Amino acid sequence: MRGQEARDQAERKAAMATLAQSSGDDIVRLWNEAGLPAEAELLRGPETGLVTLRGRIGGGGAPFNVGEATVTRATVRVPSGQVGHCYALGRDKQKAKLAAIADALWQDPARRAEVEAGLIAPLRSALTSAQEKRRAQTAATKVDFFTMVRGED
Amino acid sequence: MYVAVKGGEAAIANAHSLLADRRRGDRSVPALRLDQIVEQLALGVDRVMSEGSLYDRELAALAIVQARGDMIEAIFLVRAYRTTLPRFGYTKPIDTGAMLVERRVSATYKDLPGGQLLGPTFDYTHRLLDPELAAGAEVAEPLRREAEAQAMPRVSAILAREGLIEPDGEMPGDHVPGDITREPLEFPVARDIRLQALSRGDEGFLLALGYSTQRGYARNHPFVGEIRIGEVELELDVPELPFAAPLGTVRVTECQMVNQFKGSAKAPPQFTRGYGLVFGQSERKAMAMALCDRALRARELGEDVVAAAQDEEFVISHSDNVQATGFVEHLKLPHYVDFQAELDLVRRMRAEYDARENPEKAEEKREAAE
Repeated sequence: MRGQEARDQAERKAAMATLAQSSGDDIVRLWNEAGLPAEAELLRGPETGLVTLRGRIGGGGAPFNVGEATVTRATVRVPSGQVGHCYALGRDKQKAKLAAIADALWQDPARRAEVEAGLIAPLRSALTSAQEKRRAQTAATKVDFFTMVRGED
Repeated sequence: MYVAVKGGEAAIANAHSLLADRRRGDRSVPALRLDQIVEQLALGVDRVMSEGSLYDRELAALAIVQARGDMIEAIFLVRAYRTTLPRFGYTKPIDTGAMLVERRVSATYKDLPGGQLLGPTFDYTHRLLDPELAAGAEVAEPLRREAEAQAMPRVSAILAREGLIEPDGEMPGDHVPGDITREPLEFPVARDIRLQALSRGDEGFLLALGYSTQRGYARNHPFVGEIRIGEVELELDVPELPFAAPLGTVRVTECQMVNQFKGSAKAPPQFTRGYGLVFGQSERKAMAMALCDRALRARELGEDVVAAAQDEEFVISHSDNVQATGFVEHLKLPHYVDFQAELDLVRRMRAEYDARENPEKAEEKREAAE
C-alpha cells in the first residue's frame, strides 16, 4: 500500500472511531451548527444487531467469546457519489445514519476539511478531555507507599 | 388419552395488569427514569449486562425496572431480547493491556509499573449506612492528579519475563473459538468454552464455588496477580471496509489469579493461572470466575478431581441462572395430570400395603365401600 493511501485509511478509521464513541446528541448538535448536508440515499439500515465480543485467555492467549453487544449499522450514498458506512455500539439509528453520511462526506476531497473541522475535531476534543478527566481522577487514587522507620537507630 | 383443559385467560390478564400497578407503586412517587438507573445503580446494570450476556446499558436498565429489581428476571428479559437480533459477527479480541484503566490493583507486587490505582472502590470503606445519602446530599467533585504517562503492563507479563508463570492460555493453532450460543455443550469442553459459560454465569453460584476452593475443596493457593477495570476499544472486521470497523468502547473487569505450582520431570515448577473477564465493573464476579477457571483446569494440570468446583459438567451445566430459574420455577406451573397419576399410584400402593399388612381391616374397608 502506498504511504498516502495508508495515511488516508488511518485518518478515516480515526474519524469513524470518534463518531462511534460520541453520543448521538453531540453529533446532531454539531451537525446542525456546522450546517453539513444530511441528504443521502440509504443503501442499508440503519439496523441494529449483535456482535460477539472476544477476549483472550489470560489476557494475551487464544481468543474466546465473552458475550454479545448491540451494534447499529448504516450504509449511505451521498449525492456526490461516495458510499459511507457506520458501525457503532448501541441502538441509536439516527446516530448511525449521520455517522455513515459523515464517513461518505469525509471521502469527498471537497468536503473532508469541513467534516474534520466542523464535526470530527470538536467531537474528538470532547472525548479527549473526558478521557483526561477520567485519567486524572483515577491518578488521584494512586497509592503512594512510604516506609515507616521502626525502633531506635 | 390426552385431554387439554383451557382456562384462566381473564385471571392471567388481570394478574398482569396488577403486576403493572404494583411495579409502578405509589403514584405520588416519581417514576424512575432509565438514565437514573444507568447512572446511579450502575453496578446492578453491569450485573444484568454480564449475566444477560448483552452489553447495552439502557436495555439492562429497562429490564431492571420491568423486573421490579428482580435481577434474575431482568437477566431473563435481556436474554430473550438478544434472540430477536441478527448477528453481525465476532469482534477482534479486546486488548486489556491497552485499557483506559479506572482501577488496577495487584496483591502480589507493591511497586509495579503504572502503580496501584484504587479507583471507585468499596474497599476500605467502613460499611456504615450513610444518612446523608438518604437526605440527598450533594457530592463534591473528585480530586484530580496529573496522570503519569506510564504503560501499565499486565502483571502476568512481569512474571512471565522470569519464566516463573505459565504462558497465557493457548489453544492448538487451527482451533476456532467455541460458541455456546451456537452449538450445544458436549462434555468434556475446551477452556475457551468454559470461559464463555463462566463469563455469563451466575455471580452467586460462581462466588460460592470460588469460596469452596479457598476452604479446601480443590485448594490451589490463589493470589490476585491483578484486577483491572476500565474501557477497551472494540473492532469488527467487515467486508465493506479495508480496515476493522471501530465500534466504540466497553467497560470490562479482568482478573488474573496466580496459583500454586505445577512442574514435571521435564519442566521446572512455575505458577499456574486462572482468568476472569466480565462485562462492566464487577471484580467479585471476575475473581470468582478466575478461581473457577483454575479449579476446572484440574484434569489438564494432572490434579485429582475431588471437589464440585473441579467438576466441569457440574459447574458449567449449573452456572447459567436463566436455565436454573427456568427449571426450578417451572415446578409452580400446573402439573395437575402428572399429580393425578402420582395420586392414583400412591393410592394403589397403599391398598396393596393394607392388603398385605392388615388383611382384616382391608376387608372391612372393602365391605364398607360396597
